[in-house]
This record gives sequence, C-alpha cells and structure tokens, in this order.
Amino acid sequence: MSETVTPNGFRLDDSGQRVVVDPICRIEGHLRIEVNLDDSNVIQNAVSTGNMWRGLEVILKGRDPRDAWAFVERICGVCTGVHALSSVRAVEDALGIQIPENANHIRNLMMLAQYTQDHLVHFYHLHALDWVDVVSALDADPKATSVLMQSISSWPKSSPGYFRDIQARVKRFVESGQLGPFSNAYWGSPAYKLPAEANLMAVAHYLEALDFQREIVKIHTIFGGRNPHPNWLVGGMPCSFSLNETGGINMEWLNLVSSIIDRSIEFIDQVYIPDLKAIASFYTEWTYGGGLSSKNLLSYGDFPNVANDWSQENMLLPGGAIIGGDLSTVHEVDVRDPEQIQEFVNHSWYTYPDESKGLHPWDGITEPRFELGPNAKGTKTNIEQLDEGAKYSFVKAPRWRGHAMEVGPLARYVIAYARGEEEIKAQVDGLLRDLGLPLEALFSTLGRTAARGLECSWAAHKMRTVFDNMMANLKAGDTATANMDNWEPDTWPAEARGVGPVEAPRGALGHWIHVKDTRIENYQAVVPTTWNASPRDPEGNIGAYEAALLGTPMANADQPLEILRTLHSFDPCLACSTHVMSPDGEELATVKVR
Amino acid sequence: MSIQQTFYEAMREHGITRRSFLKFCSLTAAGLGMGPEFAGKIAHALETKPRTPVIWLHGLECTCCTESFIRSGHPLAADVILSMISLDYDDTIMAAAGHQAEEILEQTVEKYDGNFILACEGNPPLNEDGMYCIQAGKPYIEKLRHMADHCKAIIAWGSCASWGCVQAAKPNPTRAVPIHKVITDKPIIKVPGCPPIAEVMTGVITYMLTFDRFPELDRQGRPKMFYSQRLHDKCYRRPHFDAGQFVERFDDEGARKGYCLYKVGCKGPTTYNACSTVEWNGGLSWPVKSGHGCLGCAEDNFWDRGSFYSAVTNLNVPGGVEATADKVGAVLAGAAAVGVAAHAAASVISHTKDSNKGDSSHE
Repeated sequence: MSETVTPNGFRLDDSGQRVVVDPICRIEGHLRIEVNLDDSNVIQNAVSTGNMWRGLEVILKGRDPRDAWAFVERICGVCTGVHALSSVRAVEDALGIQIPENANHIRNLMMLAQYTQDHLVHFYHLHALDWVDVVSALDADPKATSVLMQSISSWPKSSPGYFRDIQARVKRFVESGQLGPFSNAYWGSPAYKLPAEANLMAVAHYLEALDFQREIVKIHTIFGGRNPHPNWLVGGMPCSFSLNETGGINMEWLNLVSSIIDRSIEFIDQVYIPDLKAIASFYTEWTYGGGLSSKNLLSYGDFPNVANDWSQENMLLPGGAIIGGDLSTVHEVDVRDPEQIQEFVNHSWYTYPDESKGLHPWDGITEPRFELGPNAKGTKTNIEQLDEGAKYSFVKAPRWRGHAMEVGPLARYVIAYARGEEEIKAQVDGLLRDLGLPLEALFSTLGRTAARGLECSWAAHKMRTVFDNMMANLKAGDTATANMDNWEPDTWPAEARGVGPVEAPRGALGHWIHVKDTRIENYQAVVPTTWNASPRDPEGNIGAYEAALLGTPMANADQPLEILRTLHSFDPCLACSTHVMSPDGEELATVKVR
Repeated sequence: MSIQQTFYEAMREHGITRRSFLKFCSLTAAGLGMGPEFAGKIAHALETKPRTPVIWLHGLECTCCTESFIRSGHPLAADVILSMISLDYDDTIMAAAGHQAEEILEQTVEKYDGNFILACEGNPPLNEDGMYCIQAGKPYIEKLRHMADHCKAIIAWGSCASWGCVQAAKPNPTRAVPIHKVITDKPIIKVPGCPPIAEVMTGVITYMLTFDRFPELDRQGRPKMFYSQRLHDKCYRRPHFDAGQFVERFDDEGARKGYCLYKVGCKGPTTYNACSTVEWNGGLSWPVKSGHGCLGCAEDNFWDRGSFYSAVTNLNVPGGVEATADKVGAVLAGAAAVGVAAHAAASVISHTKDSNKGDSSHE
C-alpha cells in the first residue's frame, strides 16, 4: 500500500514503524490496535481488530421470541439492558404489540439510569486515567486542592482534611509496593498535564464515583429485580404497580426512585461536570481524535415521550444522519429500508457469497471465516502483525447508504444541535463558552468525552421529567404495566419481521428479527461498537476508530497513552460488536421445551 | 490451602537474595518517581503485610461479573481492591495496556509463583484453534493455561466460567467450555450466576482472606454458604405457592397481590442461589420480588431447559429438602385446604401439559 487516500478522505501511509497494542485495556471485551508511525511518531495508518466472537445469534435460531431478550441481554453486562430493550421492541414490532404508557415510562427511566451510571463509570474508571496521573496526587497540597474544589463546585466533600485523608490512603497504597490495577502504567509521562491538586481531586472522585454508581442502578433493581441484567418483558414490563395492595411497586419504592434521581442529578452536576471542565481546561491544546465526527454521524433517536409513537418528533432525544459535515441537513434514517443500513464482510472474519455487496440485517448472513492475509506476520495462533489488506477483525463493517458512520454521545449531540434542540444547544454552547472554544473543537477526542458528560447530566435531569410524567399517569388512574393480549403464540402471524432501534449509551443499536411459525428464524444485531470499531469496506472506507487515530502524535512510541485516550473516548464494547447469524449455516439442535 | 505469604517470603523461596529484594524495592520506588526513603517503606510493606495478588482474566463473556462486583456494598469494591487484595491484572480496569499489561502476567509468575489467586470471568472457546477469543495475538486458552499452571487456586466467576453460560447454549458455535473442563489440576471454586450477586462475590473473597482457605464447597464446587438452598425454599412468595395462589399472567390481579410466579415460568424451585436471602443491590430486591420469575441463571445449562415462561414440571430434586411441590403444598396447607392445593397443583400440571403441546408443535 504505502500511501493512499480513502474514499472517505483519509490519507493512509503504512511505511513507518508498526506499533501493536493488544490488549487495549479499560474497555469491555477484547480489542487490538495496530498503527504505523512516521519519523515524528505521528500516526499515519490505523487498524482496528475485534478479537472475539461468541455466536449468540446462531444460538437464538429456533427459540421462543419471548425468551430472546434474556439471551441478547448477555451480549453485554456493561451496557446491561440495552440489548434486552432492543429485543423486546423488535419482537413487539414484529407481532404488532402496543405497550402501556407506564411500560414506556419505566423503560425510559431504566435506560436513562443506564446512561447516567454507564457514562459516570466510563469517565472515572475507564477513561480518567488517560488524563489523570494517580501518582502525582501524592505531591498535591490538600489545602490547595480544597480551594480548587470549592472554586468549581458546591459539593460538600471538599475540605482540606478530606483531601488529606484521601492522599494518605493513596500514599499507603503506593508505599505498599503493590500497585494493583495501577501497575506498570504511564505515570510521570509528559503527556499528563494536570497540576497535582487536580490529580488529587480526580482521584478522590474516582473513589466517590465508584461508590455512588451503585445507587443509580437501584432503579433497575426496583423495576427489573436486579442489576446487572434486570428483567424485561415482551408486551411491557414484568413489574406491577400495587398502589393499594401488598405485592408490587408501591409508594415506598417510588420514593426511593425519586430520591435516587435527585441524588444522581446532584452528583453529576456537582462532581462529574465540574471535573470534566477542570480536566478539559488543561488539555484544550490536545485537539486530536476527530476522525469521522466532523463528517458522518448517525443516531436513531430514542426515549419516546408517548408510548408506541416512533416519529422523531416524539423522541426526547431525536436522531437522524449527518453526511459530509453538513449540519444544515439532518437526513431521515429508515432502519427497514434495505438500501440504507448494510453490513460488509470483505475485511471481516466472515464470508458472504458475494463480498463486494452489503446485506441489510433482515437478510444478514454470517459465516465465520478466520484467516490471515498474505502480508500478516506470525502464525495463525501467534499473530505478530495483521494484514489489513485482507480479513482482519471479528467486527463487520456496517454502512449507512455506503458511508462509514460514527455513533455515540457526540453523534447524538451534534445531530440534536443541528436539529436545533434548545436544551442540547444551551448545554453545548455553555460548555464551549466556559472553555473558550469554537464549535469545531467538538470534533475531537475531548469533544466526544465532553458530549458524554453533558449527556450524562441531560439523562439524570430527564429521569425527573419521565418520573413526573409516570406519576401523573398513575394519578390519572392508569396503572397497567403490560399488554398481554398477544402473549400466546396462537395469536401471532405465521411469519413476521420486526426491528427494535435503541440509542444505547455507546450509540445506535438495532436488533432485527424474523419470526416464523412462532420461532426465531433469523436474528441480527448491529451495535454501536460495530459502527465505531468497523474495519475497512470493499470501497476502502475506514471506520471511526481508525479514522480518529490518524494524525495523532505520540509522546513515546512505546507508551500507547494517546491511542488509549482516543479509543476510550468512544467507550469501546467488543462483546457487543461481534455477532453472527447463518440462515443457511449450521443447523440448530432441536430445542426441547419441557 | 494457605493463601497468605509475604512477598519477601515468596521471593526468598525462589532463591532471591535480600540484596536483590532491596534492589527491587529501590527500582519500584524510582519507577514511581520517588526517593530512597520510599524504597525502605516499600520493603517494609512487602516483608510484613502483603495483599494477596489476584490475576483476573476475561475470556468469552459480557463483563457482567465485573459490573456486579463493583456494586458490592459490604465490603465496597474500592476497599477490596485498595486494601484487601492486590488486583495486579484485570484488563477491564487496569491502567496499563498492550505489552505493559501483559508484562504484569510474567512478573506475577516470577514473583508469586504458586501464591496468587486466578480469577476467571468468561470461558475459553476451543473451536478454530481457540482463536474465537484472541488476546495479544494468541488464543485465550494459552493465557488461561499458563496462568493456571502457576496459580494457587482458581475462582470461576459467574455461569460462563462455572458452566459455560450463553455462548455454550446449543449449538455452542465456538465450543466454549467452563474452566474445570480445561484446568484439572488446581482447586476451583465456582461462583455461578449471570451475574453472581455482588456481595456473594466479595463474600467469597473475604472468606478466603479471613480464613486462609476456600469456604466449604458442595459436590459441584460451589460455596455451600450461598448455594445450598433453592430460591423457592426461602422465597417470600412461598406462602402463596403453598396456598395455591398464582399469577396467571403478567400484571394481573395476582401479580399486583404478589402471588407466586410458578405458573409464569419461575425457575426458583430448581435454582440454587442466594437471591431470596442475600437479595440484590444492597438487599433491595431480587427478580422474583420485582415480578418476573427466576431465569435459573446460576444453574448449569439454564439456557437449554425450555422457555423462561414455561412452568417447571419436575420439582423432585435429588438431595433436596422436599419431595414434590404439590405434596408440600398439600401438607403445609393442611387438611382444610387440601382441596385448594390439589386444585392448584392440578391446574399447574394441566397448564404445563397444554403449553408443552403448544411448544412441541412448533419444533
């Protein structure tokens, strides 16, 4: 290859030093990245490889569609619940089931709680260590840290004594000589820019956030029985309201939900958002990682205000597609149109009869074919270097009207901004004003990280709106949570197809189902990380991860800190991204239902 | 099985001199940008109060076990990680990546050979030479075998590592297998569930650290303190089962009154786990309490035991504390209520037969 320009406008050059990072840690699942650096240690080529495949959709073939949510929920325990929601929506769509208003409110509440918890944990526990030097916190003056904290937030845990205690704890930990998960990292790298006091503040909040996230998910426990992996139901939700009986959701639990919402808003707005702004203010010159974000963005839109109305006007967070960076037009996305969403596999470890063409998920085929290209180095079971000219990932390449797309919080925020959504615009403009940055600054690693923070705050506040709407509905006398009219298979059509679009925390998620003779005939999931971690397609377009890494200078070729920053800004989830369904492939053994 | 050994003792056992040990401490301090006085403190800590090293590997899985672990309220996950164990490798949360991460594995083998705990989340696939789960360019099973060779004991977290779980459901396209199928020469404690309860996970760890041994295990390798009773045995809806009061369909009058979920598919009568006693997320609730039947997620092969909404028909579990459910229902309900209980049992059976017929006609 040496030097080439992709159809989506990125210059690739693989002539320089090849650096392999495997595993990429602080993500869900198994991901490998290879890059080529030029003489100045700037990334000139990037290769993203999904390292795992589980075959969940093969496993679903022949099963009861009402059971599918439980199987697919296990696609991912980090974004727990999102696949279950996509699945029950797809089945309801196929079977023509309308859900009660309360079920819609509860589902929205559970998803908003998921956004709040997942974004919070991502920022502090999966991403912060790319910006925060834990060991440097030992040099901080606790009193100055207190002054810093009190200057940016009214959060009560901000006294010099509090930070002194945290620092002493970190000191004891470091002095133990056993650094545990902080071993062998990049502490002291010149890429870290925070003063010691900001590092200490962030370390304190790393611990506080780890404690607080347990509270947010209790909303799942109340409505779904537990977290991770709460329970869902085709036709509504499995919980019942018992406002005058003993046995279901009562006033005490509703009060707990309300209290969790209030505390979530406080924590996000008084800890996460001030930290995000403080940390970002030291990295405004680190402008890398934009990739596809200034070009092609996709969101399905989500959080229906009224149940069963899928128009974008009814969505609390409406979606669409932006192409070529033209914010003046938000294109409508039709997840049913076979010409719009298609998956390609000519660079993926699967095979199609004709790999020059893509397939819509309802017609999806996936037959695994693990093989290395002629230019790969090493052996089949000891890969030293991949050949991106051939197949190189267990992730397929999804495209919208042929375009590689970025999905996730930044995509949702730019699309909502372009649609003129007032709340979102105010949040974005406010942040940019505080940091003294132009709108273009959004199209970067930091922009992605900032959008996730803003969305976390939005989600926490929206829980209040949705909860209040649910209470108003209950007050009006509607307590139904499930519509069981079409529960029995003898009420179903002989054959039906359905789709369940969801905006998961990591981006656009869709499950496509084909039900035949009351059993699952075909099941396909196209998930956020499939879009973002996508390998190349037959035209040579690169995906969002690959595009975002290009042009980034590395302080030290041997320390992948900058690569981690940009990848983490997407919040990769690899268990989600790799899937398979083979309508003509392996025959499923008969499922014995006792 | 003694777990505790100081780092210094471990090094001496491997022929490392005190001089080399002190040099190691100086290098560690220098690596952190600290002065020589820090080296002395590190040496003192490593000689006297080591935290047990834990290597936490991830195979084919969904990370729900890790997510559950960090929900633990007592002890807090932060306290476990910072004060009780030394979580030296866990790719989900560790700061390092790439070769800096993988180096830690070799350092651990070198420093703590035979003295670290291997915590396994997920399982290895055997098809395609193991390459359906690739880590650092190699099949995951190689890493698993290598670390297992050098560990003291293994914790099999969750149903993937304990039984196989969802990727091993029929037809198991990747041939994913539980840990005990490939590691046969090390003690393994199974902590099943999809995921296991957070406080069960931290309870197992703290038991091992406190008593310096595995908790007592049942014949299948599960800790008896959490897995020796069925959910049904301690279920708060149990009186309704005994009285023959059942939810007939979701959100009906029975559902709103908290009746038994047996007829809508609850697997509580055949599932051994601590949900009905420990409960979830700080003891707030659990699946049956919230209104959905138990999926049976702590049981071997629970994905292939029929629909989650079909009532279980055989409650006669060998070694259990009961005979069959209808007998128990009849005995507990007493003579006056025998008619009701018998009716309930009969309606359960006839309902099940109907749904069996319905289901099998579609196969």
